[in-house]
Amino acid sequence: MAFLVLVPLLPLLGSALLILSEGRLPPRLVALVGVGSVALSAVIATWLAIAFLTGPDQHVTLTLWQWVRIGAFAPTVSLYLDPLSLVMMLVVTIIGSLILLYAVDFMAGDEGYSRFFAYMDLFVAAMLLLVLAGDLLALYVGWEGVGLCSYLLIGFWYQDPANGLAARKAFIVTRIGDTGFMLGLFLIFTQLHTLQIQPVLAQAQTSWHVGSLAATLAAALLLTGAIGKSAQVPLQTWLPDAMAGPTPVSALIHAATMVTAGVYLIARTHTLFALAPVVLAAVGVIGTITLLIAAFAALNQSDIKRILAYSTISQIGYMFLALGVGAWSAAVFHLMVHAFFKALLFLAAGAITMRLHHEHNIFRMGGLAKRLPLAFWSFLIGSASLAALPLITAGFYSKDAILSAAWAQGGGALLLWLGGIVTAFVTALYIFRAVFIVFFGPAKTEPSGRYSWRVAVPLTLLSVLALIGGLVETPPALGGITLFSRLLAPVFPNAPPPAPVALILFTAFISLLGLGLAYALYWQIGPRFIAWSNSPAIAAWRRFFAEGWAFDALYHRLVVAPFLALVRANRGDFIDQFYTGIAWTCRWLHQRLGALQTGRIRWYASWIAAGSVVTIAVAVLR
Amino acid sequence: MMLLWLILIPFLGGILAWAFRGPHADAPRWVSIAALALDLPVLALACRAPSGAWLGRLNLPWIPQLGINFELGLDGLSLLLVLLTLLLGIVSVIISWTEITERTGFFHFNLMMSLTGTIAVFLALDLFLFFFAWEVMLVPMYFLIALWGHERRIYAAIKFFLFTQGSGLLMLVAILALAFVHQAKTGVFTFDYFALLGTPMAWSTEFWIMLGFFIAFAVKLAAVPFHSWLPDAHTEAPTAGSVLLAAVLLKVGAYGLIRFNMALFPEASKHFATPIMVLAVIGIVYGAVCAIGQRDVKRLVAYSSVSHLGFVVLGLFALTQQAVTGGVLQMVNHGLATGALFLLVGMVYDRTHTRQLDQLGGLASVMPWLLGFFLFAVFASAGLPGLNGFVGEFLVIVGTFAISHWLGAVASIAVVLGAIYLLWSYQRVAYGSVRDEHRGLRDVSAREVMVIVPVLALLLVFGVYPRLMTDSVDPATARVIEHVAPDHATDVVPGVEVAEPGSGA
Amino acid sequence: MMTAPLQHALYLAIFLFALGVTGVLVRRNLLFILMSIEIMLNAAGLAFITAAARWGQADGQVMFLFILSLAAAEVSVGLALIIRIRHRLTTLDADAANLMQG
Repeated sequence: MAFLVLVPLLPLLGSALLILSEGRLPPRLVALVGVGSVALSAVIATWLAIAFLTGPDQHVTLTLWQWVRIGAFAPTVSLYLDPLSLVMMLVVTIIGSLILLYAVDFMAGDEGYSRFFAYMDLFVAAMLLLVLAGDLLALYVGWEGVGLCSYLLIGFWYQDPANGLAARKAFIVTRIGDTGFMLGLFLIFTQLHTLQIQPVLAQAQTSWHVGSLAATLAAALLLTGAIGKSAQVPLQTWLPDAMAGPTPVSALIHAATMVTAGVYLIARTHTLFALAPVVLAAVGVIGTITLLIAAFAALNQSDIKRILAYSTISQIGYMFLALGVGAWSAAVFHLMVHAFFKALLFLAAGAITMRLHHEHNIFRMGGLAKRLPLAFWSFLIGSASLAALPLITAGFYSKDAILSAAWAQGGGALLLWLGGIVTAFVTALYIFRAVFIVFFGPAKTEPSGRYSWRVAVPLTLLSVLALIGGLVETPPALGGITLFSRLLAPVFPNAPPPAPVALILFTAFISLLGLGLAYALYWQIGPRFIAWSNSPAIAAWRRFFAEGWAFDALYHRLVVAPFLALVRANRGDFIDQFYTGIAWTCRWLHQRLGALQTGRIRWYASWIAAGSVVTIAVAVLR
Repeated sequence: MMLLWLILIPFLGGILAWAFRGPHADAPRWVSIAALALDLPVLALACRAPSGAWLGRLNLPWIPQLGINFELGLDGLSLLLVLLTLLLGIVSVIISWTEITERTGFFHFNLMMSLTGTIAVFLALDLFLFFFAWEVMLVPMYFLIALWGHERRIYAAIKFFLFTQGSGLLMLVAILALAFVHQAKTGVFTFDYFALLGTPMAWSTEFWIMLGFFIAFAVKLAAVPFHSWLPDAHTEAPTAGSVLLAAVLLKVGAYGLIRFNMALFPEASKHFATPIMVLAVIGIVYGAVCAIGQRDVKRLVAYSSVSHLGFVVLGLFALTQQAVTGGVLQMVNHGLATGALFLLVGMVYDRTHTRQLDQLGGLASVMPWLLGFFLFAVFASAGLPGLNGFVGEFLVIVGTFAISHWLGAVASIAVVLGAIYLLWSYQRVAYGSVRDEHRGLRDVSAREVMVIVPVLALLLVFGVYPRLMTDSVDPATARVIEHVAPDHATDVVPGVEVAEPGSGA
Repeated sequence: MMTAPLQHALYLAIFLFALGVTGVLVRRNLLFILMSIEIMLNAAGLAFITAAARWGQADGQVMFLFILSLAAAEVSVGLALIIRIRHRLTTLDADAANLMQG
């Protein structure tokens, strides 16, 4: 198990090698190091997974070194492997290697080729540290590390200032959440005197009772961090702009792995959240609001990557919903399946734009089904899985697990269920809207070039995963496989009860309905419907949705503009004005008093005379 | 005796540097580097005579009639700071190689005198000697700014001089008052640190004398609201001056707070701690807000210093084990990270001849290595975990949070603000399209790499394995806390051993 | 012996002194200012003499001798300065010699 350290270390070494040799290695070698280090790490991870699952241990802790030791504050850098981190580790390394392989072609010829792989490897290393950390502080290090890589990769094409702006926005908005996370760490440490995850969870259960202030505050602060990283309302605004990065980046960081870190954090500390029912309810509510808002926003985008970005926000909303109703295993299940199909969708979208001279607007595509069959079939499979088309897609099983858990909880959770169902319908509608507009109808741009195996292999493998990846966990009515929840049982002991068959049928019907409506509106009625939706009254609403419910404008007016006004007003540093004021007063007095010094003898003599007269007068008359 | 040589070597080096001025401009540079490099093994030797908590001690009579001795002492805290001084001293000499071409002899004389004064400040255990060294440190810095600075150098130098001399005067008065009070109580007139340590005083006397020391140190530390000399001095000073100011000279303020303010006046310090902490938190946020608004890169880094040094003050006066150690770490970290930033800004200025953010841009495509180093330093300064800036800030806030949740929470706002101003300024320098006149600028030279890489390497090493520092600092801070706030030493975590074994004072 | 009353002599001294002060203040020619200062000195001398006669003491006369020698020294220095000023400024106007204004 000591090999566990190699899993994050190999990508880190690969990254260091690429950074130190900046631009001097030939592209083939760069690709070999960049992809090879992650692929090797994936192989080791798989081997470790087999060893772990066949071995006797429920979890493995590998302490690397003591970070500091000051009084009671003695965090260590340690790796912790249990079924949850195992799943995350496999997802990160395997999907990471597939996406990096794809990037070898996607990024070919870019002047920052080596830089790209250096950052990507660094990201994988940081992400692995995040999921494997046995100490909240080490987790936080990984957490900020992935934020750094996200910043670097969003601003990868830095010559365009807009990309830099998007990168900065992403970093700062997530950092607002991270600050909450950090405060949570402080609170946990001052209350429980440790930051080791397992002791923290164990002690929290013994020393905090359910609903106590400390538990509620700690959970709420951790939630702040999760919201920022996972782009949930109200900190979701950075993710759509983050699409400024290259497509493999969007696939790996802003779809498959980093943005789901918040879900992982809550799942990891779920016993703490269970102690704070209010916060847990808030998790569900935030998830539901987010998934609704983002789905409507996705319905009105014209940039193919922004559709997928809002879709990501929306799908993470599902995971939050699952966490909110205590269906931990379902949340992680959806996290994994989402990683499959969303990576697939992004790579397929990249495969389209690659051949269309980086055209992102879906209305300038069209008729691509015949011309780009590989991209078409992958995108279609990804869309089907996202829309949760019944039986044949992985997304169906994971989304069904979430919705039935919400249903099973009953009470207020039924509202969450309703939100989830409505969004399931909208999801099918918006993604098949994209499918029909992009792949059918008249062709508007002619593709050029062809795909190599490095693009085809990841697309094919991810397509397979997006279809059958859900068969590890099925409802009782459909075979009742519980492979996944049994795997995670040591971490999440209590599984929610299964849902009635009617509910499954209803869910399936809803997503088919969305598909049908999309077919009717965008294929049957087609141009006429699009023309109608562009009429002024409708267009105003659509613009509102398209701008993500105007959150950006709201924040600009409420926070950014007043803050910048304050900054501008104080550019001269008003405390410095005080000292400058003293200096100014001295100079003013100097000028006034200096004027008395005329240099004329008679003037001085007059003063002497007047002074003598006054002095004598006072002396005599007193 | 090694402690004396520690001070004498840079002093003699400075005089030799001046003596070798003349046709060959490189001679003073080599002399300075040699003297500073020679000081490093001397420092190692000086640690080899430990007595109690002190790694080395020296006591020679100086003016016995007035109770003034030449008394020096080296402990973990001063060891770290002297090491930092020597390292960045060497860096400053090398970075001035091409920047300073006029009167190199006098320049290096001033540089070495300032370093001599700084080292003496970190070692002095006699209050009169301390004051003497304090002045020796400051006056040459005035010349460095006034003679080799940028456009508004005279204004900045005079401002620097007025602030530091005004506060130095306060300190002198406080030192004399303390000595007289001690004489009145015990009949002995002395400036000896250990003798004065336990002086019994009326509460109000202690408070006023403490205030004299505190204001002097706060001005030197550029704590809000006494910070306003710093942006001007930093902006107008030559690169070496900025680096020395940021990395070393600001630290003497914090050092003074620990060594003298808190140790000599434990009661007053403890009672005064809360207002000081509030002031420090205001400073943290205020410095960051000012930094966001700046258009001049050097000014921006200077204001970021104000913000970062607020963490030092906050940590020291939170008086918990984590916070005080964090404050000391933050001193070193700030020295390295801000020093690196000033070095890099200096290199950019050297090539583009502007520090205005709106006249820069797109430099990453012209000088990828230089801007890569810059990015590294920016993230270290922004407190990214894994780099050293994080360690100090985190420890300070963790320690403060145990005392006051609100102060800790407000201080952590700086984490967001820091990201805003640092990333914004970095992007305005590095991102976007490059200006025509900046095309074809050369990337870092071998000498510049030699200067910057060791500093950046330390940023990484201290971030990944901070115990390199904490293990040497911890005993010294534990002693201070035991002295000032014995209840805090155990209050935070009952039953936990505070000091490392065998570190007893 | 018939002597003038003490008051009369003092009135004369006051008058002379006031005359000198007025001369210093209103005349612009440096030479006349110097002469006015002489008059003021002599007024002081007269007051001393008068007082010496009144009390029958020699001290007043000694003081007057001092004043005489002092006036001689003062005049020589003053005249030298006036010549320098005349060289530098080509005028004897006191108001023109205001190079030391603040």
